[in-house]
Amino acid sequence: MGYNWHWKVLLEAEPGGTGTYLQYLIVGLGWTLVTALAAWVIALTIGALVGTVRTTPYTWLVRTGNLYVEIFRNIPLIVQMFLWFFVMPELLPTELGDWIKQMPPPWSSYIPAVLCLGIFTSVRIAEQIRAGINSLPRGQHMAGTALGLTLGQAYRYVILPQAFRIVLPPLTSESMNIIKNSSVALTIGLLELTGRARAMQEFSFRVFEAFAAATVIYLLVNLVVVLAMRALERKVRVPGLIGSQAVQAGH
Amino acid sequence: MEGFDFDVIQRSWVYLFQEGMTFTVTLTLLAMTGGIVFGTLLAMMRLSAFKPLSMLAGGYVNLMRSVPLVLVIFWFFFLVPYIGAWITGASQPVKVGAWMSAVITFTMFEAAYYCEIMRAGIQSIPRGQVWAGYALGLNYWQAMAQVVLPQAFRNMLPVLLTQTIILFQDTSLVYVISATDFLGAASKVANRDYRLVEMYTFVAVVYFIISYGLSMLVKQLQDRIAIIR
Repeated sequence: MGYNWHWKVLLEAEPGGTGTYLQYLIVGLGWTLVTALAAWVIALTIGALVGTVRTTPYTWLVRTGNLYVEIFRNIPLIVQMFLWFFVMPELLPTELGDWIKQMPPPWSSYIPAVLCLGIFTSVRIAEQIRAGINSLPRGQHMAGTALGLTLGQAYRYVILPQAFRIVLPPLTSESMNIIKNSSVALTIGLLELTGRARAMQEFSFRVFEAFAAATVIYLLVNLVVVLAMRALERKVRVPGLIGSQAVQAGH
Repeated sequence: MEGFDFDVIQRSWVYLFQEGMTFTVTLTLLAMTGGIVFGTLLAMMRLSAFKPLSMLAGGYVNLMRSVPLVLVIFWFFFLVPYIGAWITGASQPVKVGAWMSAVITFTMFEAAYYCEIMRAGIQSIPRGQVWAGYALGLNYWQAMAQVVLPQAFRNMLPVLLTQTIILFQDTSLVYVISATDFLGAASKVANRDYRLVEMYTFVAVVYFIISYGLSMLVKQLQDRIAIIR
């Protein structure tokens, strides 16, 4: 193919004056990870809560949980990004909205991006948790009740400790998804890894070097996440259970 | 809600649906068809006993699944002109629009996801089915096409359709190459009339109605298939 590769471009200075293009991309990776990590905390908290609530006998709680899941599952991620970035500040009280809009550059897109990604992913985690709880034999819950545990205690001591371990394998792919999905934040101006690869391509006209470097970095991150989660899975595995994973649609 | 002008939707909905939604739906359907065909071939390759073939398919699928879709869209947007020049023997990269580039990207990207679904589908068929096919004198392709794949496809239909709903939502990412899909069209109107709040809220509502409706249909289908089995 008629393309002249020029890998040394990675060691040339980027026009912003912060160092080489390679450093520029690594800082981008830092933003990717910081965004994904903060969103992951939100996603796990809300996801665990909503997922658990949807298995309780309280109909109104289940309905509220279902509504939450359906809303955030059926709107594309990029549209949700725009809602958090463009629409939310307008719907808040004027002072608060203005304060959000006037935050200094990375933060004005970082905070909407984290909220958006966190809530988007929390829905998927809620589904996993609910499936995990429902996959437990009903006898577990009944045995808990027979021993005199209240509903809360049965969840705390019998159901959730098992369910959380069952959902660990699917959570691996969710934690990878949240890292990948953070790239959508470039559309609201967050210069994370993919955003910086595109900026580098615009500055240096080195299209494929920029994207290849970003791809390699994503692959390395993927490897680290998979290995770390595998180690965690081994550590908390319930003895006697076969770890199996259902097929799921994904992106 | 004072200060909002929802008339902008009334002024622009013909454009939004005729230009934008047509782009989105056509792209979804083309990528779904191409993705399922290519994905099924990939799944057959992955399950092949011939190691280089299964490793090649596995490598492709894992690569696609490890990289963000946005990055893949950028890759193909810049790569397709070079591949075009390479195929046609032109000395300059050929001009490929955002539309063609999007179709190729989503077909290639979704194939990796459809592949994993079809692989699980094929693996869910008892081996005896294949042996019975061979015993009747079918060759590999006949056994696949007439015995295994129809059953695998049917078992996996709900998951394939759910993946298609995700694909329908993900096509909105062509925004990053400035294509005029539903979101792209809305964003052009929004920026022209400075009506971002109204337009993006409207886009969210439309996507929600379509995706939610489709997912309800998939759920019904799932229940129906479950009874037959």
